[in-house]
Amino acid sequence: MRELITGNMAVALAAKFCRPEVISAYPITPQTTIIEYLAKMVAKGELKAEYIKVESEHSAMAACIGAAAAGCRVFTATSSQGLLLMHEMLFQASGLRLPIVMVNVNRAVGAPWTIHTDQTDSMAQRDTGWIQFYCEDGQEVLDMIIQGFKIAEKISLPVMVISEGFILSHTTSPVEIPEQEKADEFLPPYQPKWKLDTDNPMAFGGHASSNIYSELRRNIQKSMEEVGEIQMETASEFFRLFGRKYLPVEVEGSLDSEILLVTSGTISGTAREVIKNYPDVSLMKIRMFRPFPYNLVRKLSCHAKKIAVIDRNISFGSRGIFAESVRSSLYGIPPRPVFEFIFGIGGEDVTPEIISKAIDFTADDSNPYWLKPIWQKELEGMK
Amino acid sequence: MIEIRFHGRGGQGTVTAANVLSQAAFLEGKHSQSFPDFGTERRGAPVTAFCRIDEKKINIHSKIYQPDCVIVLEISLIKTIDVMNGLKKGGWLILNTKKKPEDYEHLLDSNRDIRIATIDATGIAIVKKLGSEKAPIVNTTILGALARATTLVRLESVLKAIEKELEQKISDNQAASKEAYEKVQIQLFEKEGENDV
Repeated sequence: MRELITGNMAVALAAKFCRPEVISAYPITPQTTIIEYLAKMVAKGELKAEYIKVESEHSAMAACIGAAAAGCRVFTATSSQGLLLMHEMLFQASGLRLPIVMVNVNRAVGAPWTIHTDQTDSMAQRDTGWIQFYCEDGQEVLDMIIQGFKIAEKISLPVMVISEGFILSHTTSPVEIPEQEKADEFLPPYQPKWKLDTDNPMAFGGHASSNIYSELRRNIQKSMEEVGEIQMETASEFFRLFGRKYLPVEVEGSLDSEILLVTSGTISGTAREVIKNYPDVSLMKIRMFRPFPYNLVRKLSCHAKKIAVIDRNISFGSRGIFAESVRSSLYGIPPRPVFEFIFGIGGEDVTPEIISKAIDFTADDSNPYWLKPIWQKELEGMK
Repeated sequence: MIEIRFHGRGGQGTVTAANVLSQAAFLEGKHSQSFPDFGTERRGAPVTAFCRIDEKKINIHSKIYQPDCVIVLEISLIKTIDVMNGLKKGGWLILNTKKKPEDYEHLLDSNRDIRIATIDATGIAIVKKLGSEKAPIVNTTILGALARATTLVRLESVLKAIEKELEQKISDNQAASKEAYEKVQIQLFEKEGENDV
């Protein structure tokens, strides 16, 4: 059944289909309606979950960690400052190998205060050991949450599914709603490999010597290296049941294009429309950011003559974070120009016109590409 | 693709208007998208919302700068906001006012070929007790006028969408929408002697 719903409603419905046993969250714009919908579902008895009210996001994640360690399937959602407040707990979740699924609705971080979107909040969590998926529309958000639980539980690592403030969260679009039976078939009840159990007591996250600590860290990295394959398997299984396929990276257009435009999130949708006017331009959308699919990105971009990366984030003192990762992926193949653009910061509207301008700038052989990223305002100011 | 921009004030149901229109188009089997231009909203402050309608999947995620249709839920906004900004030639301007379309001809610049529709949505909403007398909610009413003036969606789709999107006073909202559909005044303004390309 197809329904016209907001991105936040898609999140709540997806969470419901996954039958979480515990939800703990703290409200923050633009995430708020997600947890309002979920609270309502729990209150009405449509969703049989324990909804734990807390006084902060730090506590929300702490409650999720406790519940997941006790063997429950757990869901939460946050945004921006809330995610930053969770930062310490995010490491605990991955260190304890807990398959928590969280939606982060991108919102730029203060100061100055803003409620509008950019990716800096979730990008700042990239080293916490969470798998990250960036989504383009309401359908993708819904589908990635359902797949997120499967991936998280297979590999015992937490998953962050990333939506965008207002551009997705408060925007209605047609979304295919799965049937509960199908969702159940895809995602059977969670079988924890280990859990807090009074009949079988064991320690979780206790003090570890360097020897053990480094071994556990190495295990996380090894598991991250396996995520690519698990994600592909999960995507195939999802495709068989639901007819929609989500790979870590997607390319629209030919691989040996003049320009390969690299995007993530909703900018990808707008860029899809723009490249229809440019027969020599292809689009690469990066869905999975952690683990970063270096090999896949290299394989899919090695035939393009030039590459243009649009980042909706900035790592101060470095550059756009997708651009950084794309550059790393290209190491070892013959060099080619990589142009970098910083667009849409703090909800700055990323229009088809500005994306066209980025393509035109990239196409012009007289433009330098090795210096530094070009910001949206700088490009807007250019003739 | 048809693009629509709504101008209203916080409390008039501007964002819901965009959602109901989007739902009406969706119920007709079309693809649609609606979204608010969020600031930190306050009652009485200007609010903008957008809606896109298309036969195929809508990928674009930017705001709307060249709408086919502009809907003004609060007439005083025409003094403070350039509601005509970017309105396409051949487009529609729908105003919540007691006055006639010709009273707003001055809003059109010489190159435009625009249909103006006027409806006293405030009057209808007050009689139907939608919102309060001092702050009536005019969103569903003006959508009835839109259905008639633009034929972008059928009235019956608007009525069904009201049922889907609203939680209370559904029949009153539907009745207001129907009344506006009957009472809307529409006039096409073609300018003579223009050099159209």
